[in-house]
Amino acid sequence: MPGLEDLYREIILDHYRSPRNRGELEAPPAVRVEGFNPLCGDEIVVTLDVEDGVVADIRIAGTGCSISQSSASLMSAAVKGKSVGEARDLIATFKGMMSIHEATLPSGAGEDGSGSVEAPEPEAIDIDALGELAALQGVVKFPVRIKCATLSWNTLSQGLDEATAAH
Amino acid sequence: MAELSPPSTTPAFDATTLAKDFPLLSRRIHGHPITYLDSAASSQRPTVVLDAMRDYDETTHANVHRGVYSIAEEATRRFEAARADVGRFIGAPDPSREVVFTKNATEALNLVAHTWGRTHLGRGDVVVLTEMEHHANIVPWHMLAAERDLELRWLAVDDDGRLVLDDLDAVLDGAKLLGLTCMSNVLGTLNPVAELAAAAHAAGAVVVADACQSVPHLPTDVTELGVDFLAFSAHKMFGPTGIGVLWGREALLAELPPFLGGGEMILDVRKDGFTPNDIPWRFEAGTPPITEAIGLGAAVAFLNGIGMDAIRAHEVSLTRYALDTLRTRFGDGIRIFGPPEPETRGGVISFAFGDLHPHDVSQILDEYGVCVRAGHHCAKPLMRRLGVNATARASFGPYNDEHDVDTLVDALEAARKFFG
Repeated sequence: MPGLEDLYREIILDHYRSPRNRGELEAPPAVRVEGFNPLCGDEIVVTLDVEDGVVADIRIAGTGCSISQSSASLMSAAVKGKSVGEARDLIATFKGMMSIHEATLPSGAGEDGSGSVEAPEPEAIDIDALGELAALQGVVKFPVRIKCATLSWNTLSQGLDEATAAH
Repeated sequence: MAELSPPSTTPAFDATTLAKDFPLLSRRIHGHPITYLDSAASSQRPTVVLDAMRDYDETTHANVHRGVYSIAEEATRRFEAARADVGRFIGAPDPSREVVFTKNATEALNLVAHTWGRTHLGRGDVVVLTEMEHHANIVPWHMLAAERDLELRWLAVDDDGRLVLDDLDAVLDGAKLLGLTCMSNVLGTLNPVAELAAAAHAAGAVVVADACQSVPHLPTDVTELGVDFLAFSAHKMFGPTGIGVLWGREALLAELPPFLGGGEMILDVRKDGFTPNDIPWRFEAGTPPITEAIGLGAAVAFLNGIGMDAIRAHEVSLTRYALDTLRTRFGDGIRIFGPPEPETRGGVISFAFGDLHPHDVSQILDEYGVCVRAGHHCAKPLMRRLGVNATARASFGPYNDEHDVDTLVDALEAARKFFG
């Protein structure tokens, strides 16, 4: 039986207590996307500025549990300054880490804004590439919480689609 | 507890002893004895219910209303006896004709929307609902409203979780239907159903009551309530999943068209049409949940054996203890939703715990074997009214005792420390 320390790693609690990149950018020019977790009513708002193919700035707003909030915070820190391509790769890798159980959960894809990024096979995932994000790996041992962790990533994916479609 | 009990010949029972009749409650979770505080979502089943279903399956099972052989007749007799037992349990004037078995309470409410709604509601007609309804008594009316261009009106909820009745007559003016819950699954609020039903009838509206939370926990008499339809589910009243109940006034049911089409619901089928069956079978297309009906009948016998007055008295006492203990221990650190007095509510306590998210609270509680619900409880309009996305909710059954409350409080203290 997995223990709580698998779920609530110190990095996660740190990002929960001190979330990075909180707030909203003015939209437009920023792209604004909302994501919902139909299971618990949590909602997240991602605003992002994409300039010259780079995620120049990103902000996170909304409410949620420690897992969804810290995942969003970690995500914002990880993709800020990255190219859209690198951000998409990161989304794919992260979702791959989470996909072990997500595939067996009831689909909320239509409601939580799953984008066009396909998750790779779990064995193909380079966990090291995730850096601090690997702290969220323990979430897969708590299947009902996976949607908490992926909410912001699905929302970002949708935002990237909208940002790049606009150009 | 004695002074809380209404006059009754039913002896009080001991919850701790009663819990031993529920096999699941002997489980351990993460090394702790389970503390089950989610009966509002689904209750546990006593051995007598499990045994009745097993006995039926092992000795009697055959399809009902069909065969002329012995076990088919026995199965039909047991199935129909369960129906009558359920009807008597809620004070139905004609227990064997007014009780319709459905898949669950949600289907029961949809049945009303499909049959009564489609034959009585048209463009511009008004349906009144309360802000504290479960989605099951909202979405069917939204769907019908979209199809028929109906107007939905809402009875508001005040800060103490009670319905605002100041402008009741204005809200009900011209209404064709009132849908309301007897007891909120989030707030525990016990609504003045009889008063509202009388006002609705005076306005010419039919009353559909969601009794999922009240039927398992307090005495129910449909005549006293004065409603026209009443929906509830077996799995919240110590019976199995897979079966729900719609009670309806005989005169109303008798004039309704069928719900689903198929076997059982017909008297005759020809190439040019069909003749629907009499009530209640007209609304029960296909093979019904027979084993589940037997289980529901056993659950009713179980509840009658304890006495609904005794169960209500126990839960009022336990709710008072829980409210007092939570307030004393956590003060401003906990926000408890719903009416403050235990006499005006059921054993359902929704709360916000500091600024911790209900998911995180529930996750830590699970570590101590404490099962509470976290989420929107299928009542998103009410969540918006309360200004929250979700709440944590502890709910009681007759098998819960003060030790369970103490375990909850200790586990909450641990959650506070963990995230502190």
